[in-house]
Amino acid sequence: MHSTTHLEAGPRGDTVREEATDRLARIAAGESVPTVTHPEIEQEPIVLETRDFCLHYGPKQALFDINVKVARGKVTALIGPSGCGKSTLIRSVNRINDLLSTVHIRGDMLLAGESIYAPGVDVIGLRKRMGMVFQKPNPFPMSIYENVVYPLRIDGERNRRVLDEVCERSLRGAALWEEVKDRLQDNALSLSGGQQQRLCIARAIAAEPEILLMDEPCSALDPIATTKIENLIEQLKGDYSILIVTHNMQQAARTSDYTAFMYLGHLLEFGRTETIFQTPRLIETQDYVTGRFG
Amino acid sequence: MRRRPRAKASVLAEGEPMIWLTAGGLTVAILMIAGLLALVTVQGLATLWPVPLTRIRLANGVQHMGEVARSELFRPPAAFWPSLAPEAERRARDEAAGQDGRLRRRLIRIGNFEITGEHFQWVNDFEVVAEEQPEWAIVVERMSWGRFYGIPIAFVEDGRRVAETPQAAWELFRRHHGEVAARRARRRRLETREIGAINAALESARLALRAAEQRNGADAPATQARRRAYEAAEVRGSNEYARVRAEIAALDAANARYRMVFRTAGDRETTLDLAAVVRAYPANQLRWIDRLGIYASRWTEFLTAEPREANSEGGVFPAIFGTVLMTLIMSFAVAPLGVMAALYLREYAKAGAAVSAVRIAVNNLAGVPSIVFGVFGLGFFCYLIGARLDELFFAARLPNPTFGKGGLLWASMTLALLTLPVVIVATEEALSAVPNSMREGSYACGAGKWQTIRRIVLPRAMPGILTGMILAMARGAGEVAPLMLVGAVKLAPELPLDSVFPYLHPERSFMHLGFHIYDLGFQSQNSEAAKPMVFTTTLLLMALIFALNVAAVRLRSRLRRKFVSAAF
Repeated sequence: MHSTTHLEAGPRGDTVREEATDRLARIAAGESVPTVTHPEIEQEPIVLETRDFCLHYGPKQALFDINVKVARGKVTALIGPSGCGKSTLIRSVNRINDLLSTVHIRGDMLLAGESIYAPGVDVIGLRKRMGMVFQKPNPFPMSIYENVVYPLRIDGERNRRVLDEVCERSLRGAALWEEVKDRLQDNALSLSGGQQQRLCIARAIAAEPEILLMDEPCSALDPIATTKIENLIEQLKGDYSILIVTHNMQQAARTSDYTAFMYLGHLLEFGRTETIFQTPRLIETQDYVTGRFG
Repeated sequence: MRRRPRAKASVLAEGEPMIWLTAGGLTVAILMIAGLLALVTVQGLATLWPVPLTRIRLANGVQHMGEVARSELFRPPAAFWPSLAPEAERRARDEAAGQDGRLRRRLIRIGNFEITGEHFQWVNDFEVVAEEQPEWAIVVERMSWGRFYGIPIAFVEDGRRVAETPQAAWELFRRHHGEVAARRARRRRLETREIGAINAALESARLALRAAEQRNGADAPATQARRRAYEAAEVRGSNEYARVRAEIAALDAANARYRMVFRTAGDRETTLDLAAVVRAYPANQLRWIDRLGIYASRWTEFLTAEPREANSEGGVFPAIFGTVLMTLIMSFAVAPLGVMAALYLREYAKAGAAVSAVRIAVNNLAGVPSIVFGVFGLGFFCYLIGARLDELFFAARLPNPTFGKGGLLWASMTLALLTLPVVIVATEEALSAVPNSMREGSYACGAGKWQTIRRIVLPRAMPGILTGMILAMARGAGEVAPLMLVGAVKLAPELPLDSVFPYLHPERSFMHLGFHIYDLGFQSQNSEAAKPMVFTTTLLLMALIFALNVAAVRLRSRLRRKFVSAAF
């Protein structure tokens, strides 16, 4: 049942390498393989954890017994080749996947110790505690100002002072304030792609979320905009707990504290980012982070 | 190694014939559309242009004077030749020999219906012995009896002939016609508005009395009070009526002082009251700029005045007004209904057999013949709902129906039903074109379903919804068949919107441009005179619909700039 294996903590560099088994072939054949979880995460305060989380799209299983933890105030990156279930996992955290009628899940997730998938959970209330940034910038067809304060508007906030304050704080938080402060009433769609994505980040942090979910936030952006977003993630770290899906290995290495490597719906290895990138336990992880497959 | 033989770039592979075929299809379509538009535009614009007057003397001594409506070549039947006199036959045979056995004839609008008994007359070219355009030939458009053509020979003021030459008579006419027309307009206002108001007041007093009788019985004190009020209103009304009548009589007397004597083509003297003349002009003395002035004045009359002469003269203002008002009411009815239905279908209903069935039904509804909607509207709205409304609220007027007959409201509702599929389909498409990423972004912010729909989905879908709305309006404005059953009439005595409380009268019958076209083209007694008006009215209706479509396109592009990103 419990598929997580805790390894003995050893001195850096001389951790026991798991023997090179044919894990990838076993996964492809439908077998379950245990996750290698490094022990450092146990020392961290946890904001989100998944417990044996499985997800099916209709008859097809997309996630297999995922056990991952997100440390408070840290950045956790989900990496893995296309189709490994990174996006599915992050979209399950705020139950956006519920909108698809074919999705079934097993297992549970806990946000600050409270169940996300228990029956009777107030999904809308739950989503208000999280912020999410999507692959493609999706500003709403309204002004920059209204985009940022949207989470407050839907809560019925009318006080102009509160809204103004949140707008400025969020835009400053998303490093966009200086660029747009003089045209807050302009249509958000008039911004460039990178600005739009930072606007979406501002919107996501406007309601002070407990966790910020980022689903490949830079994949639709040019390199300069990407750099800006990465710097932004660096700044947000500490104030916000961030779970980020990325395709870009350097990005994961640069921005994250913890990294989870997924493959075909299985979580293979999870630990501190330096460890995953420099001395992973699994040969598959090493192969992936060094670009030998995926 | 033997190579497989390859076909040369063949005719079939290039598809050259298909290019020609598809281009041909497009060409035929464009030609048909452009041809129709050109025909309607040219004919419609030409109708009101003043043309010269021609006097024609025939071999048999008969004289005609009038406007040439059109000319054509015709092949005379065998029985035609023996009916001619020898001299005429020779000339006709000469003419026919040069024209492939056909003869030319012209249709002359001869007017003067009270004298000739005809509005139009065919004239064969071979019968014509003399033809001229008399300098002082005058075209007179009258309040009734159609046009009059003649040469003024005198002006009569207070029963005395004060001018005996065409020029002097015409001068006097120009001097006095303005004030006469103003008095006539004033008289018309008195007749419609003031007498209408007197009648309305009397009618409401009568209805109040009847309602009291029905409620309290004939002898109850409340009824007695009503009866006294009614009797008072009657006295007041007849006093008012006498006053208005006196004023009308004074106006009539003032107008009757001026008359004009004309000589017609048949050398008869005829006297016309100036009050009967709407417009007159010396058709053969007009400079280009004068013609333009008359053209503009006729267009103004066409767009702003009421019809005369069984709709074949005068304006179509009540029809324009009725069409626009009906289309507006229809839009207000169909927009919320269609958008809500589409919202439920697209956003709430679970995809399945039931939703598919509803969708198919909606699409089929768009294919139902419009007359069926008319029948349904008559049965359901007029006879079922309308009759029930009458029983509940207008019992005092029964057996005269108020809502229990065709009227503006029921026509609008019927057309709303007719255009519902257009709105539902367009709205559904617009909703499904809203990217899911928008919805997800909103949900991720913690918005509920309705909040997402109201704040994100609907604004974003608005260009598409509006496009559908305006297409529905264009469709509704151009529809005729169902209207014949539910309230469009040939001639409505009153506009559905006026200054009498409650201002909007949705139960009234109304005039409609589409129905007007049908009426002019197929129900008119003076069909030759009405025919050009068919084109003009069609042109107007097409212009109206064209304007709606242009508005749709501009609105859509403006909203699109606002709501749809250029970057993605």
